[in-house]
Amino acid sequence: MNDFVERRVALEWHEPRRSYDVVIIGGGGHGLATAYYLADRHRIASVAVIEAGYIGSGNSGRNTTIIRANYGIPEAVRFYQHSLELYQTLEEELDCWVMHETKGIMWLAHTETHMRAERARSLLNLACGAETVMITPQEAKELCPQLDLSGGGRYPVLGASYHPAAATARHDRVVWAYAQGAMRHGVHVLQHTKVTGLIRDGTRVAGVETSAGPIAAGVVLSAVGGRVSMIAAHAGVRLPIRTHPLQAFVTNGYEHPFGGIVSDTELLCYVSQTERGQMLIGAEYDEQPSYSLRSSFSFLQSSAVKVTHLLPFLRDLRILRQWTGICDISTDSSPIMGETGVDGFLVTTGWGTWGFKAIPAGGEQMAQLIATGRTPALLEPFRLDRFASDHTMADPGSTGTH
Amino acid sequence: MLWISCPICGRRPVEEYRLGGELRGIAAWLTDPAQRDVDYVWMYDNLEGVTTERWFHSAGCRRWLTLRRDTTTDTVVD
Repeated sequence: MNDFVERRVALEWHEPRRSYDVVIIGGGGHGLATAYYLADRHRIASVAVIEAGYIGSGNSGRNTTIIRANYGIPEAVRFYQHSLELYQTLEEELDCWVMHETKGIMWLAHTETHMRAERARSLLNLACGAETVMITPQEAKELCPQLDLSGGGRYPVLGASYHPAAATARHDRVVWAYAQGAMRHGVHVLQHTKVTGLIRDGTRVAGVETSAGPIAAGVVLSAVGGRVSMIAAHAGVRLPIRTHPLQAFVTNGYEHPFGGIVSDTELLCYVSQTERGQMLIGAEYDEQPSYSLRSSFSFLQSSAVKVTHLLPFLRDLRILRQWTGICDISTDSSPIMGETGVDGFLVTTGWGTWGFKAIPAGGEQMAQLIATGRTPALLEPFRLDRFASDHTMADPGSTGTH
Repeated sequence: MLWISCPICGRRPVEEYRLGGELRGIAAWLTDPAQRDVDYVWMYDNLEGVTTERWFHSAGCRRWLTLRRDTTTDTVVD
């Protein structure tokens, strides 16, 4: 975090205390949102958020900022729809401009199989309270005039499912807004502090070992993106998580307005326009798990081929910047939130490629769980013990890639 | 990009391979057989560092191989 940012958001830094009621590992969106809701909704302000780098330096600053609720299982649609609604009122709630803009997202289909899948998705979404409708190729063209309906002769568009409530928001601003909101209530945020281990007291977790010394805590929540398996191993908790790199890139500015967000689950790529006019393009994650943040040319090559077939105008733009984030992907492609079976240790993880859109709901519900000790109904399906009891939430088709 | 040396085909790009998964034992402290089954089916070490994996050369000789890969840099180590 630089001076420019510090002048625009009222952030207050503190020296660490020896103990807190709640210690949250990871100063990204989920960690800071949980701290904010704990302090604001439940009056628990003895909270520390411990961040190894600067706030939002992990995946909260590397995602592609899409907010949507068009998932493929009822439990997920309800959860993300709640998150989407919280985003709509987030600017009033936090009194901070996060550049939230409702744009609508279309998921293109190129084969009958995918048309069937998208039809099923739209019906399920409607039944669970999220609006998704099927649109014809002509309607898609009206929403996004740049679209080549023949897909460059290679990927003809047969139709699409359209989710009008989809939105984007500036990811850094969301992180800063939650940090500011939490700090206003007295939450401590400790930047550049590494968690090196967990303090065990018998079977329970009673605090964290950090580079700034040990800190005792009533409850420890891991809201880490990327290294959660190592944190959990300190508590003897095994997680069904693999960490994969995911890349994205932006082009130079495109001077015309670009309608909405165009996504393609068949080709696994998606395109939107940032506030600055740059075209933001992402694709699927790398097959082999790794913690490497290196970007690759082969990724640029394969995504450029796909998106220029659908949106020929992209050929005239140049690639400005490319980056990589690391995604914790659970075995059933759904998040894992809540208790771990070890007293005093909770996780919110498995945010793979769908974490940014879940920040408000994830934070609010985790705060409720910590404050009341009871798992809220929205989180119930996403408990870690669903794997042992064979109630997995498989939804791989809806993760899209974002 | 990751390059993997196949004993039969030589050094080939990762696109020719499919990852079978990490090669690991079940944590010794898990003693309950049911817990060990859950661990075997669902859980991963997901190590940050050197991990041992099985790979399948699907677009080559179609044989399996075992290699050690450093997940911090995504490179093969000997």
